[in-house]
Amino acid sequence: MALLEANGIRKVYGELTALDGAELTVESNQFHGLIGPNGSGKTTLLKCIAGAETVTAGTVWFMGDEITNNSAASRARSGMSLKFQITSVFDLLSVYDNVLLSLQADQPPWPLICSRTRRDLHSGVMNILQQFRLAAHADALAGELSHGQKQWLEIGMAMAPNPKLLLLDEPTAGMSPEERRVTGELLRPIKSTCSMLIVEHDLDFIKDMSDVITVLEQGRVLERGTPRHIESSERVQEVYVTRV
Amino acid sequence: MANFDSGTSGGSRIVRRFRVITIIELSMLVVFAFLPLLLSVVWSADDSFFWIVFTTKVLILSLFGLSFDLVWGFGGMLSFGQALFFGGSGYVVAVLARDLDVSSAFIVIPLSVIVGLILALLLAAFLLVARKPPSLIFIALGSLTGAYAAERLARAWYYLGGQNGVSVTHPLTIGNIELYEGVGFYYLAFGFLFFVYLGCRFLVRSQFGLVLAGIRQQEERIKFFGYQVQTYKVIMFTLGGGIAGLAGGLYAFHEGFVWPTLMGPTYSTQAVLYVLFGGVGTLAGALIGVAAIEFATMFLADYFQNIWPIILGGLLLVVVVFRPTGLVGLLVSERERIGSFRWRGNKKEESGNE
Repeated sequence: MALLEANGIRKVYGELTALDGAELTVESNQFHGLIGPNGSGKTTLLKCIAGAETVTAGTVWFMGDEITNNSAASRARSGMSLKFQITSVFDLLSVYDNVLLSLQADQPPWPLICSRTRRDLHSGVMNILQQFRLAAHADALAGELSHGQKQWLEIGMAMAPNPKLLLLDEPTAGMSPEERRVTGELLRPIKSTCSMLIVEHDLDFIKDMSDVITVLEQGRVLERGTPRHIESSERVQEVYVTRV
Repeated sequence: MANFDSGTSGGSRIVRRFRVITIIELSMLVVFAFLPLLLSVVWSADDSFFWIVFTTKVLILSLFGLSFDLVWGFGGMLSFGQALFFGGSGYVVAVLARDLDVSSAFIVIPLSVIVGLILALLLAAFLLVARKPPSLIFIALGSLTGAYAAERLARAWYYLGGQNGVSVTHPLTIGNIELYEGVGFYYLAFGFLFFVYLGCRFLVRSQFGLVLAGIRQQEERIKFFGYQVQTYKVIMFTLGGGIAGLAGGLYAFHEGFVWPTLMGPTYSTQAVLYVLFGGVGTLAGALIGVAAIEFATMFLADYFQNIWPIILGGLLLVVVVFRPTGLVGLLVSERERIGSFRWRGNKKEESGNE
């Protein structure tokens, strides 16, 4: 059983068909890259999987359950975690509090009112901050971080609740080459515990990271296979040469 | 964020946390705790009685202001119907006192809280629970409509005294003690305000408060963590209703009567103004706003009988335009206002003294 299965996903906005029967399967402990030219529907597909958009047609299955009509919050509780394309850390909260907010999300309101887990989660928060090289900035406001650091914080927040599937929308957007390299280093160890679906423009980064790549073109799957297979695929090259 | 001093090291930032707000809170605690004593030393018995009655009203209205600050400053919902819960529970206890001679504080107080809670829960179920999250305007207009409808209903309903409202001829009683306006009632209101404030402070500085801070900043984002935002909003809205209800019950017995305006848009707006003027999302700001506006109203009405609402309006406008975070915002940085939710070992935690 695959961890995530999206079948025949259609998404129509008025006149525009963003997705036209896209398929995607992510296995456990697999890093899955999702690429395609601008406007091919990558981010839309990711949003449909995360629950940020409702699909027009098609089904989404996660860990054997159909989640097509579930809310974003319920998908998050079942082990799906999304990192947004545009960094959306909580600028007015400290870096520490950003991670705590993510880490305590599985608890109902009552224990939170009593702050029952504040102490227990402390080490968890510090671990995440250390893992993502932010421990020195724990008390700084998230809004004061550099762009790269915000991206790491965002990834850290997505990783904090130990998700089964991490959805990353352009994790290296706007990063320097050095920051990209570090991001790759930060993400690799995650594989032992978690699958990942990455949307990314940086093809080198995605070839380097992914076990399997799916190429979208005009809302449909153009090609699917290992990075080597995709690299040598003529259809993919054609699209990238003509469209990009 | 403008006031935030980013040059300091992590350590000194921690020390700076909450200092200003705590100082404001402690000063208010001391002032309110010893005010009757101070007044009786400074003024004659008659004068000090007048001021004690006045400050009792300020204390009760502070509860009302606090309830709006919870809903708007922390819950992020612009409720223009806060008076519905305030006046609604005032009416319920007034009618019970009139028809059934109920005046025991042990019944009146819990009842006024429950009435506020129920009214707020009903309104929340209508305004907040939907597939799509309601917009700010929808909540503002919806709650305003609720308050307006309640006022009209009270005006037209003979049983509720119509335009004249309902007189509360009984004093509030605790066992055999009858509480009339004065020092006794003052300390009753002070006690309730103290504990409600403490509870609110504990709540907004808790992990729950962190979720609220997150919701206020990015409501859409926080859903992707798995939080059910509507649950949090309903809790805050209902809690605000309960506190407004408590204030309404006390107010009815302190003022000696309830009238339709008490649950309409006028008093709802009053709550909004208290908090905007004093400082949104600080708790202490609600108390300062009530004291400042009530005092200014009394003073201006004495000296400028015809134009005082215009002067008051102008003052409010100046504060809201130049300092959207209100009077407390003059002293407290954005960072301190939002606070930190970090666990800090066994050192004294945020909750504690008023």
